Amino acid sequence: MRKASRLTRFNVASLALGLAFLYLPILILVLYSFNASRLVTVWGGWSLRWYRELFNDRAMIEAAWMSLRVAVASATIATLLGTLAAVALSRGERFRGRTLFSGMLYAPLVMPEVITGLSLLLLFVALNAERGFWTVTMAHTTLTMCFVAVVVQSRLGSLDRSLEEAAMDLGCNPVRAFVAVTLPLIAPAIVAGWMLAFTLSLDDLVIASFTTGPGSATLPIRIYSEVRLGVKPEINAICTLVIALIAVVIVIASLASKLSSSQGESAAPL
Amino acid sequence: MLRIEGVAKSFGTFRAVDGVSLDIKAGEFFALLGPSGCGKTTLLRMLAGFEAPDEGRILLGGKDIAQALPHERPINMMFQNYALFPHLSVRDNIAFGLKRAGMARAEIATRVAEMIALVKLDGLEKRKPDQLSGGQRQRVALARALARRPQLLLLDEPLAALDKKLRESTQGELMELQRRLGMTFIIVTHDQEEAMTMASRIGVMKSGKLAQVAPPRELYEAPRSRWIAEFVGDINLFDGESKLRDGHRLVIGTRDAGALVVAEPREPVGAGRFAVAIRPEKVKLSRRGPVSEAGRETAINRLDGVIADICYLGGTTTYKVKLDTGGVLQASVANSARIDVDAYSLNQHVVAWFTPDDCVVLQS
Repeated sequence: MRKASRLTRFNVASLALGLAFLYLPILILVLYSFNASRLVTVWGGWSLRWYRELFNDRAMIEAAWMSLRVAVASATIATLLGTLAAVALSRGERFRGRTLFSGMLYAPLVMPEVITGLSLLLLFVALNAERGFWTVTMAHTTLTMCFVAVVVQSRLGSLDRSLEEAAMDLGCNPVRAFVAVTLPLIAPAIVAGWMLAFTLSLDDLVIASFTTGPGSATLPIRIYSEVRLGVKPEINAICTLVIALIAVVIVIASLASKLSSSQGESAAPL
Repeated sequence: MLRIEGVAKSFGTFRAVDGVSLDIKAGEFFALLGPSGCGKTTLLRMLAGFEAPDEGRILLGGKDIAQALPHERPINMMFQNYALFPHLSVRDNIAFGLKRAGMARAEIATRVAEMIALVKLDGLEKRKPDQLSGGQRQRVALARALARRPQLLLLDEPLAALDKKLRESTQGELMELQRRLGMTFIIVTHDQEEAMTMASRIGVMKSGKLAQVAPPRELYEAPRSRWIAEFVGDINLFDGESKLRDGHRLVIGTRDAGALVVAEPREPVGAGRFAVAIRPEKVKLSRRGPVSEAGRETAINRLDGVIADICYLGGTTTYKVKLDTGGVLQASVANSARIDVDAYSLNQHVVAWFTPDDCVVLQS
């Protein structure tokens, strides 16, 4: 049985310092988004002024909307493709060049973003594609698909193959066996992969700035270009909203996974 | 009912199953026994349809099913690790195959209830597999495999994950169930005691081939080869050097145990290596050898020696006797009295004796 280990003074201190290092900057940012003063570093009392101003800033709102759309679209496509790739790599027959294929799939994980972005830009220019929503979405799909594939493949790898065999033994053809047994069991990994792809896309600056066109800036691009002219408290406000969104997504994700894993326990008679 | 004809399967250059032919009758409890890597699991998986044989036919009720997919066969399998669906309750696990068969809801409910009663899982219908004990999981797996009323049930090491006590009681329950349902069971096991206890016939496999197919008693008392004799139970083996016919008996000269008189084997002993085999429990020990006239008559093999090792096992004691002729003979003696003042002690002189009918001549 697990024993509650006692926290020593040293543990508490290192924990506090670690948390402070991670979250203090964010906390300050959130705090200053409610600042009444125009100066970013001077506290002028509580106010929602910058949020009002933010909602009147059409360009910022449009960039946020663009980012959200790109994130949802690219995460969805990447999840679909990444899951298929993971299934093919861990469940398919051994085909020639499988190692090469899986290596190539994971290349974007370690490839510097600048290179990915630049090569995609060259591709889009060569294809004479109009750069905007779809080019950014495609670029982000390329980037995030491998993350989804890694997450889903590790789950598939830990899954007992005899479960699928049992399903087939009990009357499922291979496709039905996958849908009835494998898919529900890897669903948490697929959801996690989607969340990962979503957040990766939402905060990507490098690839987006290479592949986007005029008039379709994503939120990170917009914030970056604003900040170059000096930090406005409005930026703090939009960042706070993004943090809130991500926090909500994470809470929902962990609640969902907790619910799905403890479903049985609540149904069992005590 | 099931006929396997010359089935072979290779993985790369390794011949996992190498030309196995076997007939299994309806209602039989058949065990495939062998050490790990002998191909028994591969053979079972070919019956279930997870592997396709490279050669040969598998006939079920006269129809060749060798290339049929698992879901097209009226055969179900109980997996070694049970392979219960972790996201489904006990009830849904059992109902899984019935739903796929397109059975009506009401009928499924009746069948599931029947299965749950059959394997005594009442009250656990709503639990998930991870909330069950090992024994309960084993029952769910059994119920799930039986629910579709297959013509043939395959069991892959069904009791390997259970502890000894539970394994023994489950063996009894499985046999009971098989008799009651009149279903054909094929079990794969590496545990010879398990095979002996449960099966009506045992097929011993070695390197992809069937070494012997026989009922348990025949397998134990009349093994066909030296390897089988050593694999199934304990045995004393003495390599033969010369043989001499004496009426309907053979006198075989051995290096380690001198001349031994054995009953003439059914098949004549040919050229090549051969050995005399005696099961330890067939060997009797005494201080002075057989006393009665009748005893002296039959106990023709009489070997003198010294107790070299004593292994007390509760119900029996195994003595290792160092023979004066050089060899070592194991004798298993039942501890039929609680207080045995006559128990042998180390370095004691004893006479080991056994009848010619207790010996088997083994070739190769």
